[in-house]
Amino acid sequence: MNKIIFGRYIPVESFLHKMDPRAKLIITILFIAVVFLANNGITYALLGLFTLLTIFSSKIPFRFLLGGFKLLFWLIIITFFLHIFFTKGGNVIVEIGAFKVYEHGLRQGIFISLRFFFLIIMTGLLTLTTTPIEITDGMESLLKPLKRFRFPVHEFALMMSIALRFIPTLMDETDKIMKAQVARGVDFTQGSLKERAQSFIPLLIPLFINSFKRAEELAIAMEARGYRGGEGRTKYRLLKWGIRDTAAFIILLVLTTALIVFRS
Amino acid sequence: MQIRTRNLEYRYNINTPFEHLAIYDINIAIPARSYTAIIGHTGSGKSTLLQHFNALLQPTSGEIQIGERTIRAGVKEKQLKPVRKRVGIVFQFPEQQLFEETVEKDICFGPLNFGVDIEEAKARAKEAIQLVGLPDDILQRSPFELSGGQMRRVAIACVLAMKPEVLVLDEPTAGLDPRGRREIMDMFYKLYQEQDISIILVTHSMEDAARYADHIIVMHKGTIYKEGTPEEIFAAPQELLELGLDVPQTIRFQMKLEERLRQSIGGLSLSMDDLVEKIMALIETRRKKDHE
Ligand SMILES: Nc1ncnc2c1ncn2[C@@H]1O[C@H](COP(=O)(O)OP(=O)(O)OP(=O)(O)O)[C@@H](O)[C@H]1O
Ligand SMILES: [Mg+2]
Repeated sequence: MNKIIFGRYIPVESFLHKMDPRAKLIITILFIAVVFLANNGITYALLGLFTLLTIFSSKIPFRFLLGGFKLLFWLIIITFFLHIFFTKGGNVIVEIGAFKVYEHGLRQGIFISLRFFFLIIMTGLLTLTTTPIEITDGMESLLKPLKRFRFPVHEFALMMSIALRFIPTLMDETDKIMKAQVARGVDFTQGSLKERAQSFIPLLIPLFINSFKRAEELAIAMEARGYRGGEGRTKYRLLKWGIRDTAAFIILLVLTTALIVFRS
Repeated sequence: MQIRTRNLEYRYNINTPFEHLAIYDINIAIPARSYTAIIGHTGSGKSTLLQHFNALLQPTSGEIQIGERTIRAGVKEKQLKPVRKRVGIVFQFPEQQLFEETVEKDICFGPLNFGVDIEEAKARAKEAIQLVGLPDDILQRSPFELSGGQMRRVAIACVLAMKPEVLVLDEPTAGLDPRGRREIMDMFYKLYQEQDISIILVTHSMEDAARYADHIIVMHKGTIYKEGTPEEIFAAPQELLELGLDVPQTIRFQMKLEERLRQSIGGLSLSMDDLVEKIMALIETRRKKDHE
C-alpha cells in the first residue's frame, strides 16, 4: 500500500512545484502529443533530455521516482518483450533455435518502451508536484469556456476535488480495515483465485458503507455552511501565471521544433 | 503466552520521502497471564506497537518474540495465521470492520477462518454476545441497523469468539457511555481472572489503568518512558503531568487533601474504595485524638 506513489503529492520547494497548475496541465497534454513525433535515435534522445530536465527541476529523488512506479515498469518490460518476440523485419540479430530476434523488433521494443517511460514519468510528475486542489483549480479555469455550452464546470471541478481529497483517506481506511480483517484470520495473499476474490468482500463492504456515510455527512456539512453551488463564489487561492510558466512553454516549443526538424 | 521485544523499531513508509520513525528502542516483556496497560500521549506510538503483537506490522529493525515465534526485521514471514489465532486485537473503533448480513455471521467469521466448525462457532457467538451484554435476539439482526455502542460491543464479541490467549485492546471503550464503559471493562477483567489469558490494554483513562492493570508501560514520543506497577507509576504524579498525561482522580483528590491537611494519609489511592478506606481511617484517628 505504501509503495504506490502515483497520484500522491510530495511537498518540496522546486521550480516545478511553483509553476502555475494550468501551465503544467497544458504542457503535460502537449507533451503526450509531442512524444509521438519522435521516431529515431536523436529525437528519442531529445525527449529523454527534456524528461531528465523536468525530473531535475522537480527535486524529487530519481530513485524514489523509479521505485514508486514499479508496477507500471512491468508493463513497459512486457511491451518490450512483446515487440522483441513478434515484430519482424530487418536483419536477424540473435537466433536461438526457432526463435529469432529481428533488428526492427529490438528497435521498436526500445522506442515504444521509452515512449511509455516518458509518458509515465511526465504524468506522474504532474501529480507529484501539484496538489489535488491546484489540479482542480487549474482544470476549472481551463474548462471555463465550456460553460457557454452548459457544461457544469464548477460541479465537475468540485466532484474531482472531493474525489482527489478522499483518495488518501480511502487508502488509510483500506489499510486499517485490511489489518482488522487479517487479525480476524483473513488471508489476502493465499488460496485459489476464487478464495482470494472472496476474501475481499470483508474489505469492500465496510469501505463502501463508510464512503456512503461520509458522502452524506459531507453534503450536510457543506449545506450547513451555506454552500449554494458555483454562482458568485470567489476564490481563496488565485492562479498566477509567471515567467516560469512562459519559460516552460518556450522550452517545450523548442523541443517540438527540434523534434520536427530531426525526425526521419 | 509471553511476548517480548528486543530493540524493536518501526518506521512507516520506509525508504520513501514520507519515512517516519514511529517507535524505537522498545524492549519489553509481557508475561503470560498478566494485565498490562499502555498509556501515553496521542501519537506516542501505542497503536503502532500493538500491531506488532500479532505480526500485522513487522519491525523495521530489532525483533519480537510472540510465544515460540520470533519475528525479525528483514526476514520474510509466512504462515502467520497461528500467531493471529493466539493474539486477538480489538482495534480503535472496531465497529468499522463489520460487514456480514447478520451479527451472528459476523461473530462466526473469525472462528471459521481459524478452522473452528460451524456448530462450535455459533455456540461461541452466543456466548460472546452475552459476555458483551447484548440480548440473544440481536444475533439475527443486521450489524448496520445497530446503534454505535451496540456495534462496538458486537465488534468486541467478534474478537472474543476467537478465544485468543492474548487479548490486545486499543481503547476499546472510547466513545461509549460511562455505564457501558464500566460494564465492558469489568467484563474484560472477569475474563482475565477466570480464564487463562493475558490482556494488553491501551487507554487514555488513568483510572482504568490504575484499577485493572498489574503492570503499566508509559510511552512518550515513540519510546518507553517508564514502566512498573501502578503504585510505582503513579507515585510520581508530577512526572506524568509533565508528559501531558493525567493521574487517577483518586490520587489527585488525595494530593489536594494532603495539601490542605498538611499531612500524609499514607500510600496511594488507586481506586475509590482505597481512598474511602484511607479517609475513614483518618477520621477515626482524628476522632480518637479528640477524645483524649
Ligand atoms: N499509517 C501510517 N502512516 C504513517 N505514519 C503513521 C501511520 N500511522 C501512524 N503514524 C504515525 O506514527 C506515530 C504513532 O502513531 P500511533 O497511531 O501509533 O499513535 P497512538 O499512540 O496510537 O496515538 P492515539 O492515542 O492518538 O491513538 C504518529 O506520529 C503517527 O503520525
Ligand atoms: Mg492509537
